[in-house]
Amino acid sequence: MKVGVLVFPGSNCDHDAYHVVKHVLGQAAVFVWHRETRLPAVDALIVPGGFSYGDYLRTGAIARFAPVMRAVVEFAGRGAPVLGICNGFQILQEAGLLPGAMLRNRHVQFLSQDVHLRVERDDTAFTGGLRPGEVLTMPIAHGEGNFYLPEDELDRLEQAGQVVFRYVSRDGRLDPQANVNGSSRAIAGVCNAGRNVVGLMPHPERAAEHELGSADGRRIFEALARAVLAA
Amino acid sequence: MRQARVYVTLKKSVFDPQGKTIHEALLSLGYADVRGVRQGKFFEVELGDLEPARAEALLGEIAQRVLSNPVIESCRVELLP
Repeated sequence: MKVGVLVFPGSNCDHDAYHVVKHVLGQAAVFVWHRETRLPAVDALIVPGGFSYGDYLRTGAIARFAPVMRAVVEFAGRGAPVLGICNGFQILQEAGLLPGAMLRNRHVQFLSQDVHLRVERDDTAFTGGLRPGEVLTMPIAHGEGNFYLPEDELDRLEQAGQVVFRYVSRDGRLDPQANVNGSSRAIAGVCNAGRNVVGLMPHPERAAEHELGSADGRRIFEALARAVLAA
Repeated sequence: MRQARVYVTLKKSVFDPQGKTIHEALLSLGYADVRGVRQGKFFEVELGDLEPARAEALLGEIAQRVLSNPVIESCRVELLP
């Protein structure tokens, strides 16, 4: 498997994502600069976290118009796997590849802490082989992760099975206290209708080795490797 | 040259954590008559010498496509005389 990791001015989790693919999974990884207009031959793309273009205007709003994004939209349109993490998720929302938008966290503070995520779907490019209902632990680090969609569109999203992760208590229960940023229906991650594009606010790349306190995030990358191998 | 303003605000149905925080701060300072605060953005845009109709169309397009996110925000453009 060969994974491309996008790099925008202000990306700061690009090396972490590269590290997990290359050194934890032992697969090929390559950085892709935001000014590129063509993608190298890769099996999957990761849009990493950070503060692309300083989060000017809105989170992800400027990155969405970067030269490379036209190729990313085309890549996703072919059904190839694309993972947006944190700011990468916001960029994919702005680009129209994933539903919803992020509001400022409910209590306004920037939140940097571990959260518990319940896996809701095992039929996406990044969750195959995980068990719906199981709980993963990984960190969040964001000021704007309060997922928003109008109620009727949330209903449609749920019916289409596009809610992939929710913030829950350690034992997997929905709990307003566990939904730290106030996201609609505790949504932490979603996928597109084709199930090949997934975005989540928590950082699996920062929790992919036991030395970092949790290796749960590694399972997202392993699921991708399985999906690519099976394709 | 033509000058214009674009106002971007969260839709009425969207909760505004920043506005709420500012409102609470005002109340704590004793401004009891303040019933609510909503925070938004304001852009000053300079355009070339365009016909008003073209200028409005251009502003409408950039306001919708770039300056606001239609999922959560609404926008209003104002062409200055």
